[in-house]
Amino acid sequence: MRIKLDINGLKREVEVEPRTTLLDCLRDTLGLTGAHAGCEHGVCGACTVLFDGVAVRSCLMFAVQAQGSAITTIEGVTPGPGELSPVQDAFCETHGMQCGFCTPAMILTAHALLANNPNPTRAEIVEAISGNICRCTGYAQIVEAIALAAERMRGANRPKDAHP
Amino acid sequence: MSEPGQHRYVSSDRRVREDRRFVVGKGNFVADIGLPNTKHVALVTCPYPAARIKSIDVSAALALPGVHYVLDGAELAAATLPLMTGLDTPNVPRRPLAFEVARYAGEWVAAVVADSRALAEDAAEKVKVVYEKLPFVLDAEQALEPTSPLVHQAHGSNLLLDKTFTWGEVDKDFAASPRKLSLRVKWGRSSTVPIETFGVIASWDPWRDMLDVHASIQMPRYADQIGIALKLPVSSIRVHYDVDVGGSYGVKRGIKHTVLVGYLSRRLGFPVRLIEDRLENMRGGDAHGPERLFDVEVAFDDQGIIKSMKMRALENVGAYAGRSPFQLGKPIGAIVGPYKIQSVQYRAIAVVTNKTTQEAVRGFGQAPTNVAIERTVDEVARVLGLDPIEIRRRNMIRHEEFPYTIPSGTTYDSGNYHTVIDKVLAHTSYEELKQERDALRAQGKLAGIGIAACLEPSGGNAMFEALLNPKITTTTFMDSCRITVDGVGSITATMHTTSSGQGHETLVGTVIGEVLQLDPELARVTRPDSLNSLPSGTPVGSRMAIMLGGAAFHAATKLKAKLTAIGAHDLGIAPERAAYANGEVYDRNAPEKRRAWVDLVQIAYRNFHRMPADMEPGLSVSHVMQVPTGGKLPTADGRVQMYPCTSFEFHLILLSIDPELGRPEIVKYRVGHDCGTVINPKIVRGMTMGGIAHGIGAALYEEFAYDGEGQLMAQSFMDYLLPSSHEVPAVEIIHHCTPSPHTVLGQKGSGESGYLGAPAGIANAINDALRPLGISINTLPIKVSVLGDMIAAARDNKEK
Amino acid sequence: MKAAPFEYSRPADIDEACALLAADENARVIAGGQTLVAMMAMRLARPTRLIDINRIAALAYIRQENNKEGEAVAIGAITRQCVVERDALIAKSVPLLARAIPNIGHAATRARGTVGGSLANADPAAELVLSAITLDAVIEYRADGESGESPAREFYIGPMITTLPAGAVLSGVRFPIWRGKVGVGFHEVNARRSDFAFVSAAAQVELGDDGKAKRIAIGVGAATDFPLRLESAEQQLKGGALDDAKVRAALREALADIEPLEDLHASADYRRRVAVDLAARAVADARQAAQGKSHAY
Repeated sequence: MRIKLDINGLKREVEVEPRTTLLDCLRDTLGLTGAHAGCEHGVCGACTVLFDGVAVRSCLMFAVQAQGSAITTIEGVTPGPGELSPVQDAFCETHGMQCGFCTPAMILTAHALLANNPNPTRAEIVEAISGNICRCTGYAQIVEAIALAAERMRGANRPKDAHP
Repeated sequence: MSEPGQHRYVSSDRRVREDRRFVVGKGNFVADIGLPNTKHVALVTCPYPAARIKSIDVSAALALPGVHYVLDGAELAAATLPLMTGLDTPNVPRRPLAFEVARYAGEWVAAVVADSRALAEDAAEKVKVVYEKLPFVLDAEQALEPTSPLVHQAHGSNLLLDKTFTWGEVDKDFAASPRKLSLRVKWGRSSTVPIETFGVIASWDPWRDMLDVHASIQMPRYADQIGIALKLPVSSIRVHYDVDVGGSYGVKRGIKHTVLVGYLSRRLGFPVRLIEDRLENMRGGDAHGPERLFDVEVAFDDQGIIKSMKMRALENVGAYAGRSPFQLGKPIGAIVGPYKIQSVQYRAIAVVTNKTTQEAVRGFGQAPTNVAIERTVDEVARVLGLDPIEIRRRNMIRHEEFPYTIPSGTTYDSGNYHTVIDKVLAHTSYEELKQERDALRAQGKLAGIGIAACLEPSGGNAMFEALLNPKITTTTFMDSCRITVDGVGSITATMHTTSSGQGHETLVGTVIGEVLQLDPELARVTRPDSLNSLPSGTPVGSRMAIMLGGAAFHAATKLKAKLTAIGAHDLGIAPERAAYANGEVYDRNAPEKRRAWVDLVQIAYRNFHRMPADMEPGLSVSHVMQVPTGGKLPTADGRVQMYPCTSFEFHLILLSIDPELGRPEIVKYRVGHDCGTVINPKIVRGMTMGGIAHGIGAALYEEFAYDGEGQLMAQSFMDYLLPSSHEVPAVEIIHHCTPSPHTVLGQKGSGESGYLGAPAGIANAINDALRPLGISINTLPIKVSVLGDMIAAARDNKEK
Repeated sequence: MKAAPFEYSRPADIDEACALLAADENARVIAGGQTLVAMMAMRLARPTRLIDINRIAALAYIRQENNKEGEAVAIGAITRQCVVERDALIAKSVPLLARAIPNIGHAATRARGTVGGSLANADPAAELVLSAITLDAVIEYRADGESGESPAREFYIGPMITTLPAGAVLSGVRFPIWRGKVGVGFHEVNARRSDFAFVSAAAQVELGDDGKAKRIAIGVGAATDFPLRLESAEQQLKGGALDDAKVRAALREALADIEPLEDLHASADYRRRVAVDLAARAVADARQAAQGKSHAY
């Protein structure tokens, strides 16, 4: 089937089989390999992308179902060559990763959380990432990264001379 | 060796250079690598735990459009040699595809090659295999019975290894001790289960006689093993080490996968890729971990001093041996843990069964062994009415007793166990923790404090190989680094293996920066392919900080010496009078006389006339490092120096259990950690946290459970339960640094930290919680339902 | 883990969906797909045609409907679970759902997962199914150009098995609204917090001004082939003060003869015993919540 997708703000037209998951379409057809296949049955969360701004599993959706929705991948939240989003930078600051395999999904999940909740508690961060399995870190430095990103992003919106 | 606190870059809280590519999704994972015209493999798997393959009909599969080939075990066995195994068991051959007999449910029987993975799966369903079901055995103890079905008929028994070591006067010590205690501990079959499955792409170029291999690999002698199995010179195999590995923690070995696709690519003439899907990975990826039954007996006195220990460890290795039985050997290097047990008898038994084959798992058998030791120490404390921390203090090696040689022959390098405990208890009051536990109990919960004190042997002097298989005489365990300063002065260093999240590029850069007194970011770190590499033992045995860090240190030191010699010569002074600082060489007697970095590069690359006599031009140095304390074979009585360094960890856990539901919850988690000099604090902290999370999984959630029919029940992430952020508590780490005398910066290993003690600590906490009910549990993982049923039964008994 | 090939249709309305479904006995409706796609990936489900109802806007709603049976909150089949989770009308009028839904999977699966999909899938551990049975919800469907409905308590007959007629598409569900001093309780136990429950329990209680139970509904999920209503316990407890000992005794009796599921994760004994405990906790929470209300809604 020929379908039109809105990916990272760009209109893309691709030919896919109905059985092609959104994940496989992103990776194999569109070359957006930042979304990873960890389990392909919706548990590990490594394939998370933003679907109309909401974090979803791209392995639990067929690409043909995505027509007309805005999809954001890790490639779409990266501001530009060599530049990092505040969330990405915070993950580097705390070393909120090791092998990096779950990391893009974790960062997209964090983006979705912070878009709705600029000042999350630790418990809210833990809840938000509970659907993203990380085998390396034990999550501590990931939670810290998201808290740090939230703090920096709140600060970024404050006038320079404002009191904290 | 240097003292902590005196470093410029080492131990400072610097970013990890690898992270930048990962946060933008630009890691170079194997599934991201697209070679033109690559075809895809899916596997046909055996549905039975044991079956003779009567026939394989591939016609319907081959008839599907887009399907190129179906390979069976007979063709592969005729063309390749069996895979390398650790023990001397020639009649237990291991091959990528089952040949004549399949020996576990999920074993690969045929490989389908097609234009896409989906098509390959379609075709795999069409391969018709006729099986004759055979009797099977799943349980290790049953496998030892004379009446048991044989997993490998030609081997004549299911026993792969049965070796008893006696170190010291065990019988005498037992006879002389007033008290004895025995305990049976079971470690359930679990593994590291990385989120990335194993994947490999092999591409044969017949015009260059070259097999290019991209793989998510963590395997010593990987290219050698492929070459031997495929009957190719190793110089015809080019392994690309610049592949980022999506987690491994030991298991990403993938020899069978690589031999399979390597053969297929040569046979078919195009690149062939096998990326395991999760079902293949869990059932047939041969990546399960230890499943071990311990019988421990200790002799001790009324003060709780443990004099002697007998340990029998029975390992259910699954259907094929591979390297996994060696996981019974590695713990010999720390068989007494941090304690002064003066004699030990250790019986290591490995049996084959009709379960999935094992691979190396983080700690290589040490974490299960630590559970056995630490549960036993707790039981000794319990029968004597001693506090579990007090009994550990009494038995532990004291700081002033290092270096300390344990009965099995390893000399522990350094440690300060009592101080680490003191520091943890200064951070978290033990009395207050006990009050908190008692308050939870008063609220109707079951609550317990868990202690575990254990060692992380590190450095990878893998002498257990020779100890368990006398035909192996390997005493060389290397890692290497090459540093080149190019003609315009940039620094490039090399490492010669893949990484799976350990931050090795950061490690190398930091160490080189430290030695050369230059910003570590100035040193690029690359990974040449295997044909351009120096020897590496790969990241096993918690060794890279010691071995790769050591190699980088020595190479940088050689470079510094060369720069100094060049500078001295150009300054016209004796080399001893010249000094190196911050990239420059100067005259000690007249510091204003100096040669800057650019000058030294200019001389080395373009001014041979200014070079010292007999010195190679250019600036490229390398160092191949042998493991410290290594190089000796075991003695006749089975003693040998194993790993050079021992890190220490002390876990202190408060845990509560809902008595009706049996659901445990970790309330507080503290860990004291001493891995000597920390090279990068972010990395070490992450590894410890991740190790604890993994240990929580092994203790409470994760098990490759089988049903009575030999079917793996936990074959997806629906049933194999990896801890999520909900299950991992906030952990506080209390650091201590006892530098190792054997390493260049005093560093020790930390890649297995946390995991080695967490399961023991949690098991002890649960048993402390259960104590008021008069029950105990020594089978891991300790599952909610089992715990709930036990508690209910104990309460019913109490009421009666 | 790639799905077997299938045809894909995206009907414009539910009658077109029904027609497509009637035309192919191996066709299946896909809503959120959070279970179905995983099953297809493992090839445990292999529909020949997927009928995607996600774009049928008329099936996405949460609204109050009053009819001869009384007041109800109606939820359209493709309403996302995360929408129900945050909906003000649900929080006010079907608070049990607001309590139950956060226990479904993860935020990312609730973002796609639908109410209708979960109800039609009929997993014994589904929180939505338990809620529907506990609250006497009515399942609505469409088949052959006709609308039909079934009380939830008759809809579920086995694990993953319902009485939904062949060719019918589940279109929505109505949850009756309880007025008065109403409280709810919901508890479940699992190994990890986001897993399928081993046992779940839901209770909704309306207390009279005397503090006694005017109405009470108790359900237990995940323990048996499909969630159970504990009617005998409800009858015993109705009109009483719901003190814990009596509640437990009634629940123990009601659950004595069930045939619990047994699997890798939990024994039958465990499920039977813990069902009593969790149901008692749910009732206690419901009673407490109701007591906290002077006169709610």
